[in-house]
Amino acid sequence: MAEDCITLAHGAGGRAMAELIDCLFLSAFGDTAIADKEDQARITLEEFTPNGDRLAFTTDSFVVTPLFFPGGDIGKLAVCGTVNDLAVGGAIPKVLSAAFILEEGLPISVLQRIVYSMGDTAKEAGVTIQTGDTKVVGRGMADGVYINTSGIGVIPSHLNLGLCHAKPGDRILVSGSIGDHGAAVMLAREELGMVGDMHSDCAPLNGLIQSLLGNHQGIKAMRDATRGGLGCVLHDIAKASHTHLLVEEDRLPIRAPTHGICELMGLEPWFMANEGMVVLVVAEHAAEAVLQSLKQHPYGTSAAVIGTVTNASPGVTLHTSYGGKRLLDWPYGLQLPRIC
Amino acid sequence: MREFRDAARVQALIQKIAPLADELAAAFGRPIQIMEVCGGHTHAIFRYGFAQLLPHSIEFIHGPGCPVCVLPVKVIDEAIAISAKADTILTTFGDPMRVPGTSQSLLQAKAHGADIRVVYSPLDALTIATKNPHKQVVFLAIGFDTTMPSTALTLTTAKAQGINNFSVLCHHIRLMPTLEALLAGGDIQLDGFIGPGHVSMVIGTDAYQPVAKVHHKPLVVAGFEPVDFLLALYQLLIQLKEGRCETENAYARVVNHRGNLTALAAMDSVFDYGEDCQWRGLGWVENSGVRIKPDFSAFDASKHFSPSAEPGIQQEPCYCQQVLKGQRKPNQCPLFAKHCKPEHPLGALMVSSEGACAAYYQYLPDKETGIHG
Repeated sequence: MAEDCITLAHGAGGRAMAELIDCLFLSAFGDTAIADKEDQARITLEEFTPNGDRLAFTTDSFVVTPLFFPGGDIGKLAVCGTVNDLAVGGAIPKVLSAAFILEEGLPISVLQRIVYSMGDTAKEAGVTIQTGDTKVVGRGMADGVYINTSGIGVIPSHLNLGLCHAKPGDRILVSGSIGDHGAAVMLAREELGMVGDMHSDCAPLNGLIQSLLGNHQGIKAMRDATRGGLGCVLHDIAKASHTHLLVEEDRLPIRAPTHGICELMGLEPWFMANEGMVVLVVAEHAAEAVLQSLKQHPYGTSAAVIGTVTNASPGVTLHTSYGGKRLLDWPYGLQLPRIC
Repeated sequence: MREFRDAARVQALIQKIAPLADELAAAFGRPIQIMEVCGGHTHAIFRYGFAQLLPHSIEFIHGPGCPVCVLPVKVIDEAIAISAKADTILTTFGDPMRVPGTSQSLLQAKAHGADIRVVYSPLDALTIATKNPHKQVVFLAIGFDTTMPSTALTLTTAKAQGINNFSVLCHHIRLMPTLEALLAGGDIQLDGFIGPGHVSMVIGTDAYQPVAKVHHKPLVVAGFEPVDFLLALYQLLIQLKEGRCETENAYARVVNHRGNLTALAAMDSVFDYGEDCQWRGLGWVENSGVRIKPDFSAFDASKHFSPSAEPGIQQEPCYCQQVLKGQRKPNQCPLFAKHCKPEHPLGALMVSSEGACAAYYQYLPDKETGIHG
């Protein structure tokens, strides 16, 4: 490409933008309707109808500092986030869009790494990026790059998952350790003066989820834990199903570095972000079998049954390691580190 | 660390504590009242579920040891006024960000455009200053004796390196004068104290002698792990049973009797003590304030910026002071969980996550009635 960094020309609709699309996006995203240069991707209904009777449609925007962190980057995050939002509804993700807000001065090499990471992740997830958009804002008006992705998936006709289906007696499972993404990003920011071997769990979960749904009855609901962590998902389940969730602290899979950061900063691990962990509500009789299947998948090796749905008033209680109980309150906003 | 979290040891200690507490309460004709001075211990009581595991014969009175809770409105107003100045970066810990000032919190001022940054250490603030030589960087220093050494070290470093765009807005508070003022007030009924672990690491257990010798209350310094806390509680009950009144250390792996001499020397070289200060909920506390020495006045933001002397309006509900002094439980306040919540705090005890009200709100299953605490 002619330039080594993004300029306002790359968002102006002229030759610079065309070059960016041809040399970068088309190359990274592979066989895609973007190549047709129409204002919209055209997708035949036959691509959807054999897999189910309903479409799932979702959108998500991604901002993260730093853009690259152990275990992922903003591009991988942008694909996984939307793929996972589709997959937890039982949908088979099919196509994505990708829209970029780029800051003037962003090195092309940085954008390249991000876009190729998106292409690779889409390939792993079995989805294609069919349409997109690029805007450039002046230096200082954005933090490098922001990405929005939207996605369409197909829901098989026999599936009807929903948080409202949780009933007393059901079990709560997690597919992996909690707070890994939040801990990895905090360490990557290098503000804590700490080093640790911590990788984000950022991953497309549709393969794992489809294999579970194909092999097990009794999965009632799923939600991927993202910025609010496990804690916010548990509250979502309790509210939607008018049930109470009793969680066993001892059973929560938490990696040592995550624990360490939380202890030091006065944060709660269950409100730390994940980007590749699904919370499942499973009928009691199926819970053990689902757990074993999860553990056999590369993205589910740390899976655990962490609690039970009860008929107490809606809310979430943590059964502590010492036999006490405490409310796992739903935070109003950001967790702030506690130092003094 | 695992041994201090061992569930079997926790259970064993509770088995020892429960009959002892019941016996003492029966002898006293009322529940034993113990003040945990530190907000970290208040948090631990709820976090580990001790509120339910310990018998009703022990009543915890949540002490004043949360430096964020006692931060006056005026301090927040001053910090916001400084952050509004051109080419100025205000830095502080995450703790005070949500504390409501007269019209805004630091978090709200940041959202309105002020350059306010959360740091994990004052040395990080100094780094921001060296990276932004054309801006003034101010660190809002808060906290009890625990965080004072790091502020002192930062000021010493700034002076040694000749950094001329860094200053500290000093609102540290000393624990012992605060504790003594509370005891001298005479309006609280207490049988003993669980002493703060982190402060004691700096000041040493000898510093608490007046509590035992002058005010005749036993005090046991505790760490923050479940076994640490229960061990201190057990030692305190033993003292009560034996009619002793001493300062004991149940956190000897971290705390000694003299304190951290290097840290104390660093503090003494930078800070002057002896100033009477007004704190939220506590009012004027003799001797509690901390000032930057004249030698370091170039780094004293209160001199550099001359923040408005106009005091902020103290909008605190009257119940806060009663809760802070242990005269009223958070859930006995008529505003608790109804008008005063973490997202709309009326008093600072609801703002800081280590404040007694926030702990009750966050952890108690039934916010209306609560469990004993």
